[in-house]
Amino acid sequence: MKIKVIVTPKNGVLDPQGKAIQQTLNSMNFIDVSDVRQGKYFEIETDLKDENDAKKNVEDMCKKLLANLVIEDYKIL
Amino acid sequence: MKSSVIIFPGSNCDRDMDVALKKFGFKNKMIWHNDNNIPKSDLVVLPGGFSYGDYLRCGSIAAKSNIINSVIEFANKGGMVIGICNGFQILIETGLVTGALLRNKYLKFICKNIFVKVNKTQNKYFNKIKKDILELHIAHNDGNYFCSKDDLKSMQDNDQIAVRYCDSNGEISENSNPNGSIQNIAGVFNEKKNILGMMPHPERVIDNCLSSNDGSYFFENLLSNMK
Repeated sequence: MKIKVIVTPKNGVLDPQGKAIQQTLNSMNFIDVSDVRQGKYFEIETDLKDENDAKKNVEDMCKKLLANLVIEDYKIL
Repeated sequence: MKSSVIIFPGSNCDRDMDVALKKFGFKNKMIWHNDNNIPKSDLVVLPGGFSYGDYLRCGSIAAKSNIINSVIEFANKGGMVIGICNGFQILIETGLVTGALLRNKYLKFICKNIFVKVNKTQNKYFNKIKKDILELHIAHNDGNYFCSKDDLKSMQDNDQIAVRYCDSNGEISENSNPNGSIQNIAGVFNEKKNILGMMPHPERVIDNCLSSNDGSYFFENLLSNMK
């Protein structure tokens, strides 16, 4: 089974990369773009058969490794 | 005094640290990250570099390595632990010190000499050091220190801000902040102040033939405070 996770910078935490991307998009004439936040996407292949068990396990992974909860939020899709 | 420097895959300041520690009188051993135990030490150093190629987040993979449990145990018993640059990032990822290190504000890798003002209040690292302002070297992409307002306040109240970026006169301002760190923070202590994490490299400036000799003050003072 494949579990997908998105990790993003928390609101209020400076995201210099997102800012640079936003400015570049603006300079490419995408003038409607007012903010960009850059995150990470993970696809985790697990041997567990039960989806709830797998997601619970991935949540543990997020807390212990995949996200730094001081600066990042995670979302299991 | 006995010290141990931990080597991770991608560490690149480990030997500089070894040279510096020995120069100032420490008996140093180099310890591989895959070992389970650190030898009897008075000081453990996590050196600078790019452990595991900075994958995932700087320091995050090294923070789960074999040796780390014994470093955490050593630190929790009050043992002195220094993390420089990537070592600071590893300390952050283990949770031994508070906060996070984000990408530099202007997205540039910064490699230059800077000045820091040191915190000389009760701590073994800077107490009685002969200079208040040190010229040290920084070389990092992710040194932009961040923590929550509550954490910042409790660290300020407990004198845990170890070093702050300043100019050559000791003036702390936006102009002397190379990477966007909140409050110009270049390094912090844990609550008990036996752990120091900082971005600047004292081991790179330990001789008059180098661009600064101020790292010598750091190591000399550290050794004399530990005796």
